Amino acid sequence: MFAAFATGLYYALVASPIDYLQRDTVRIMYVHVPAAWMALGSYTTIAIASLVSIVWRHPLADVCAKAAAPIGAVFTAVCLVTGSLWGKPTWGTWWQWDARMTSVLVLLFIYLGYMALWSAFDDRQRAARAAAILALVGAINLPIIKFSVDWWNTLHQPASVFRSGGPTIHPDMLTPLLIMALAYMLFFVTTLLMRMRAELASQRLEIAAERRAMALEGVQ
Amino acid sequence: MTAGVDGGIGTLVRRELQLVWAERSGGAIALIFFVIVASLFPFAVGPEPQVLARIAAGIVWVSALLACLLSLERLFQPDAEDGTLEQLVVSGQSLEAVAIAKMITHWLTTALPLVLLTPVTAAMLGAPFEVWGTLLLGLLLGTPALSSIGAVAAALTVGVRRGGVLISLLVLPLAVPTLIFGVGVADPLAGGSALKWLGVTTLLALAVGPFAAAAGLRVAME
Repeated sequence: MFAAFATGLYYALVASPIDYLQRDTVRIMYVHVPAAWMALGSYTTIAIASLVSIVWRHPLADVCAKAAAPIGAVFTAVCLVTGSLWGKPTWGTWWQWDARMTSVLVLLFIYLGYMALWSAFDDRQRAARAAAILALVGAINLPIIKFSVDWWNTLHQPASVFRSGGPTIHPDMLTPLLIMALAYMLFFVTTLLMRMRAELASQRLEIAAERRAMALEGVQ
Repeated sequence: MTAGVDGGIGTLVRRELQLVWAERSGGAIALIFFVIVASLFPFAVGPEPQVLARIAAGIVWVSALLACLLSLERLFQPDAEDGTLEQLVVSGQSLEAVAIAKMITHWLTTALPLVLLTPVTAAMLGAPFEVWGTLLLGLLLGTPALSSIGAVAAALTVGVRRGGVLISLLVLPLAVPTLIFGVGVADPLAGGSALKWLGVTTLLALAVGPFAAAAGLRVAME
């Protein structure tokens, strides 16, 4: 992960060419675009984990969904903040109510609502089930939100990497972008696993505390 | 309670309507709230008729959306607390039917009065008379989606402390498409396609809502 970040950042900040229109500010792209991808990727992870949790009741899926949410929310926030910093020199405003920024903002709201629902219950099992349902409802809604916001306003430049007919972005810029995307993905997986381990440990602690309490009651 | 061809929905709705009628002063609060919110906008943006006429449809929609949130917290909570939900399940009533009945009642008692009151707020805001029809049409078509999304959020938060705030947090992002297309219907340029898409979002919300709400209730009753 660190190696990917190091190479990616070197390519992005030093070795990649500057844009003839946007000068050095184009380098924000290498931080911004992978964050946007991972913001969606994290939500997909949550949605799949929630589906697994509802269908097969696998306890690890709940842990995975819960652990992924804050990471995804941070990716979304990073995407919005860097986008805003990028927008100032290129568009002249911090914030444009254009389609993509607005849908990412709504995505952030959905992350926050999802995390709020998780923390609203004392009972872990109930929280997991309710959050899983919400995640799936959100997953159904996300394409509609994206579409409605697109319909509402399209001001952003059209997608330039994933489209039929190959990428329109120059290979010199695409390579560092993809390395950065790989670095982000590795970061996601690493932190996800760390958070899942922490979550499991805290569950174990809770159970141990309960047992101790019950043992003490037995003594009295 | 015997489940007829409609799965007992008719009986459930009748019961709900009687309950709402018994505490009808509570229902009026949402209407007052709706008018107050709508009348706050002129204070905030200034009384210029041109400005208000331009944003009138948006104001009506946002006010209606917020007013719809008010009664959601009490949608399932009382029935979960006093054991009515459990009684219904024990008597063989499907939770999906319960959810549908709640959605219908919420729409009839909260959303429909708002729609009926809309000409008043539209007149207050000086909305051009031509958009009244499309504004009402949009609200009629869009508010069932709000009831459906709201019922899902209410079912997921049964038994949660300060559930009302959480419901708002869950409903508002999901209601964005309804708001966009609903306001779009009143836009003379975009009206036609907005109407179609509003129909799509409402149908989808109505298709998914009962099952998601019933799943939420099932979680709450475990």
